[in-house]
Amino acid sequence: MPQILMPALSPTMEEGKLSKWLVKVGDSVKSGDVLAEIETDKATMEVESVDEGVVKELLVAEGTDAVKVNTPIALIPAEGETAEAAPAAKTAPEPAEAPVVPAEKAAEAAPAAASVPAAPKFEAQSDPDLPEGVEMVEMTVRRALNEAMAEELRRDKDVFVMGEEVAEYQGAYKVTQNLLQEFGPERIIDTPITEHGFAGLAVGAAFAGLKPIVEFMTGILPCRQSTRSSTPPPSSFICRAAKSLRPWCSVVPMVWRRALARSTAEIIRPGTATYPASRSSRPIARPTPRACSRPPFALPNPVVFLENEILYGSTGPVPKVDDFVLPIGKARIACKGADVTIVSFSMGMRYATRATEKLVAAGVDVELIDLRTLRPLDSDTVIESVKKTGRPVTVEEGWPQGGIGSELSARVMEQAFDYLDAPVMRVTGKDVPMPYAANLEKLALPNVDEVIAAVNAVTYRS
Amino acid sequence: MASEKGKDAQITGYRDHGHMLVMGLDPKGVMAELTGRRGGLSKGKGGSMHMFSNEHRFYGGNGIVGAQASLGTGPGFAAKYKGDGSVSIAYFGDGAANQGRVYESFNMAKLWNLPVVFIIENNKYAMGTSIERSSATTDFSKRGASFDIPGEQVDGMDVRMVYDAAKRAIEHARSGKGPFILEMLTYRYRGHSMSDPAKYRTKDEVTKYRRERDPIEQIKARLLAEGYATEESLKATESEIRAIVTEAADFATNDPEPDASQLWTDITISA
Repeated sequence: MPQILMPALSPTMEEGKLSKWLVKVGDSVKSGDVLAEIETDKATMEVESVDEGVVKELLVAEGTDAVKVNTPIALIPAEGETAEAAPAAKTAPEPAEAPVVPAEKAAEAAPAAASVPAAPKFEAQSDPDLPEGVEMVEMTVRRALNEAMAEELRRDKDVFVMGEEVAEYQGAYKVTQNLLQEFGPERIIDTPITEHGFAGLAVGAAFAGLKPIVEFMTGILPCRQSTRSSTPPPSSFICRAAKSLRPWCSVVPMVWRRALARSTAEIIRPGTATYPASRSSRPIARPTPRACSRPPFALPNPVVFLENEILYGSTGPVPKVDDFVLPIGKARIACKGADVTIVSFSMGMRYATRATEKLVAAGVDVELIDLRTLRPLDSDTVIESVKKTGRPVTVEEGWPQGGIGSELSARVMEQAFDYLDAPVMRVTGKDVPMPYAANLEKLALPNVDEVIAAVNAVTYRS
Repeated sequence: MASEKGKDAQITGYRDHGHMLVMGLDPKGVMAELTGRRGGLSKGKGGSMHMFSNEHRFYGGNGIVGAQASLGTGPGFAAKYKGDGSVSIAYFGDGAANQGRVYESFNMAKLWNLPVVFIIENNKYAMGTSIERSSATTDFSKRGASFDIPGEQVDGMDVRMVYDAAKRAIEHARSGKGPFILEMLTYRYRGHSMSDPAKYRTKDEVTKYRRERDPIEQIKARLLAEGYATEESLKATESEIRAIVTEAADFATNDPEPDASQLWTDITISA
């Protein structure tokens, strides 16, 4: 290449001063010769020649300030190489004008500053079709999770379960009941109360080819252990698991059981969902056996389940078919409608569903969406719905700031702004640490009336 | 108390009710906190796991397993920083003793020779997992060995042993020799929580502890044997205690819940 470009002398350098030329037109240079001195805000650096050649032209005058990185500064064709300047160089601005080259133009000329390629789009699969007349079995969330894990353990010897009280105690919330009896202590493993340690161990085991299911007794514990505040926690190990392209799964019961107050009853969903490498965090709102553990192992990525302890005992219909696996990243339209879109997940669905029942009875045509997965977040379903209704309401138990509702609100603005007839309304837990007193705890959580009030607000009903 | 009330800092896990009483806090306030009423020591907002008293230098009531070790090292750091001669006493259980942060704290406490007494209450079970099933070594008094922190195993069911050992350890810390570890060998009669039937141990084991090692029964027997008390005087003491408990329970049942406006208060400290 005959063209010498203004070099970047640090990752953050955007421009610099060409303070001195150490060669002149006609000079022969060889690799390693110093061509010029360049001043940045940090230092004066020498520019060396990479190739041999003869200096044909100096394009930027000595002493020129603010020369953008990657601007051609000299032509040094190699011997025998055409001395013709490349078209870009021919039209290169006069040195004095160099600083006024528009940033976009400079960026175009610079391969290093190429525009960010568009993110690949996640295509969620649809729910599998159920055979005609399939039998539906009523099942608790607890049992559905338990059966799903048992199936995975039966299917694949590399799957093991590890966590606090998962074996002899039969699970702190009895989700791992009877697994020890069927699969033995080599595969159902009680750990010390040392979340960082066993989570890291499981990721390492996944590096080495195993498929760990890690259960934390209480979701907030690994969180708080890491910082004592409420920063999202499992990210560090999820990250490494993702890089390994090994499947692993961690089960994180989210608790706001009555009367645990702040250190164990707060809700951290958005935290795990913000982490890009966690393929999916999946709050479970109703029983979906096999759906619970198959996807993690089908997808070679870590999956975090955020299970609301209150819901372990709730029941729902589960189809009695083999290999029924729900896709990750696909929302469910729980109720079709055209007036208003309510989006929720996990426990939020409880408030949202009850509010929907009341609103429908009052003549409001509600579309209710259960996200099911927080990452990938099924924007498409939400955006399509909002384009139809123009009036979105989000419902979640977590805090308002940085919540899932905030994320949805941003996406709706970006992707469906022209369709909006009302601003997005968020119904969330109150922005307070979870209080202990029963009455305050109730006030801190969202409720059905708040959902109805939000729907009334966006539909301008009184 | 072997420590100096109001001068030395105390910090524990979520089994904090007894500590609060020993610090001299009102039993009614403790009980009302358990029931989430406005007269509770944390105004009913913290509950069982989050009691706190700045005045008494009782820094909680911390629901996070093992957090007490590092939080408890903090007042020790402050003591040395200010040179006020106080000691920090941090309590945690055998389960928490396996947490990584405990060893990070041990390291700093010894590195900077902080006046901290770490008390490991070893009741043999981390929730439902026995120490043999959760710990590679079960003599927790030696857990500071690699940091050169001295430790002692103490019969935690005998108040005399507990008092003597605590006094020695606190003196060690106060005299500038750095941290000390006391492993209190103790036991719990009931399950870990209301929903724990405690099937992981035999009834015989529990009965044996109750019959042979119960700390209150031991004192009673000694008081009687040495002639410090009579059956009648002990009965009188017991009914006195019962009256205090009844009063506290009544208060905790009848005290109203916090006012709804309290939802938005005590979140940050106003200047």
